[in-house]
Amino acid sequence: MVASEFHITVSDLKLAYGEFVIQRDLNFEVKHGEIFIIMGGSGCGKSTLLRAMIGLLKPVQGEIFYDNLNFELIEPTERDQLMRRFGVLYQSGALWSSMTLGENVALPLGEFTDLNANQIREVVSLKLSLVGLKGFEDFYPSELSGGMQKRAGLARAMALDPEILFFDEPTGGLDPVSAHRLDDLILELRESLGTTVVVVTHELATIFAVGDNSIFLDSDTKTMIAEGNPKTLLAESNNAKVQKFLTRSESTVEAK
Amino acid sequence: MMDLGSHSWDLELNFSTTGTLLIQISGSWKLQNHLPSSIKVFNQIKPENFIQRIAFDSKKLANWDTGLLTFISSLNGQCLNQGIVMDLQGLPAGVRRLLKLASAVPESKEASKTPQTASFFTRVGLALIQFLRASKETLEFIGEAFLTFLKFFTGKARYRMSDLILTIQECGAQALPIVSLISLLVGLILAFVGAVQLKQFGAQIYVANLVGLGMVREMGTMMTAVIMAGRTGAAFAAQLGTMQVNQEIDALKTLGISPMEFLVLPRMIALMLMMPLLCLYSDLLGILGGALVSWGMLDISLIQYFNQTQGAIGINDFLVGLIKSVIFGVIVAISGCLRGMQCGNSSSAVGNSATSAVVTAIVLVIVWDAIFAIIFNIVDF
Repeated sequence: MVASEFHITVSDLKLAYGEFVIQRDLNFEVKHGEIFIIMGGSGCGKSTLLRAMIGLLKPVQGEIFYDNLNFELIEPTERDQLMRRFGVLYQSGALWSSMTLGENVALPLGEFTDLNANQIREVVSLKLSLVGLKGFEDFYPSELSGGMQKRAGLARAMALDPEILFFDEPTGGLDPVSAHRLDDLILELRESLGTTVVVVTHELATIFAVGDNSIFLDSDTKTMIAEGNPKTLLAESNNAKVQKFLTRSESTVEAK
Repeated sequence: MMDLGSHSWDLELNFSTTGTLLIQISGSWKLQNHLPSSIKVFNQIKPENFIQRIAFDSKKLANWDTGLLTFISSLNGQCLNQGIVMDLQGLPAGVRRLLKLASAVPESKEASKTPQTASFFTRVGLALIQFLRASKETLEFIGEAFLTFLKFFTGKARYRMSDLILTIQECGAQALPIVSLISLLVGLILAFVGAVQLKQFGAQIYVANLVGLGMVREMGTMMTAVIMAGRTGAAFAAQLGTMQVNQEIDALKTLGISPMEFLVLPRMIALMLMMPLLCLYSDLLGILGGALVSWGMLDISLIQYFNQTQGAIGINDFLVGLIKSVIFGVIVAISGCLRGMQCGNSSSAVGNSATSAVVTAIVLVIVWDAIFAIIFNIVDF
């Protein structure tokens, strides 16, 4: 039986596209209110793991539990309800291009809450102001820069005050100031709302700024080769690949 | 004129008795200088030379680019196969650094594609499996679309009315100009073809029957369906395909909103509602085209023509066209949406899905038109 102190439990997970194995033997837990980093080099399967965690990819083997609910085995209606507790910020923002920013954020509120139009408008305005986009309600995604689209995507992900927020490369493509602001926002969401946050990233600044716990995925061995607080990993990990990644070094660092 | 060919570089092989081959490279080793093949150089190493190590001397090397790197890298690959050590110390520091960078990440053996050397039977088998898989996906999609449709009638479907109205506008009003042009021309063509033949028997007036029945029972519906497949079906596939590429459909799924209800349903309803109207409009324009030819070429007055048409076409003929138009609307909508939802994750996949949507819709429309022709003939409708 899975202990309930963990918000997410991943057990013996194996992910593949057809015959091509992406990752295997993944075992880790995410505590309530924790900011959990999934890191690793490009192409190691970070985003694929995220897709499996949010139900967009069926694992070949293994299980994912949210509290005590097995994500694969629960009834479809229960699964839908569970997924409504998620907020996801996709790599590209994934805003619905035929809708304005206001409509993008308002859609989940309109679908899954009893709020009236005025209340929804107020919530939309608040969410957009949280990501620095107040006043952009009537803009279409195509009228915004990539960074602004990403921030708007975050506003939509936060629309229903999710228990778990998933971020796929949140600061990728953002300028340092915007990236820092987004990191602060992630920390603030956890502090003020107790949101559990799972971040897929390879941005070192974000990893060290927000990460409580992390796993490191390796594309050669196709599994996780390190787990722990990123700063602790930097200071104590004996793994040369982890050290190389976290120190952004050219040459392989000798094991300590 | 200066020759930049083989004279601009030089290569000399010095075999030593200690098992070392010293390669002296000089001159300009650039890509456009027709550099030597590493295989030819390697083939000059004979077993009796007992070469175990290759070293380089580049003191006289004037300049270089990727050409030299490619030569060394390729030679290195052959040396590795033969167990010969390559000593790069004699090469310029820049060449050494770039070669080190190129070999930093080893080649992924899993990532390499195996060449297609399957036998005929294997290929037939794989094609069959692919066909069955595609058929299963199509049937699943149709089944899901049907269930979504039932949900719509019970009021449980989740979609935006504004999307439905916008799609109705796109499928209906905005399609009128192209439907007008094509239908008028089809009516004209039918009338011309009929006029030439019927004039020989003095039966010109029956052009009205030919055009009227042809448009109302067959051509009106068929041409509208083909136009909508090329215009709207392709647009549906491209819209949904782009949403797939931009992860917008993933975003709907993770919110627990069914893309089938939110995206496919409004498009299906819009086409089902608009196709019969467009079909009637097409019938009218086709008949008008026939009237123009009869009036201008056959000296038949417009009153005569329309009276003749009225007598030739029954309500059942209109019903035949209308029933087919609803079904063709569903076919065009489902083909467009299916291909859009099946779209891969690249921009070229969007183009492929749009093309595939048009082809699928037109083929299915013609197949179903043939089936309807047989059915209506059997039931004498």
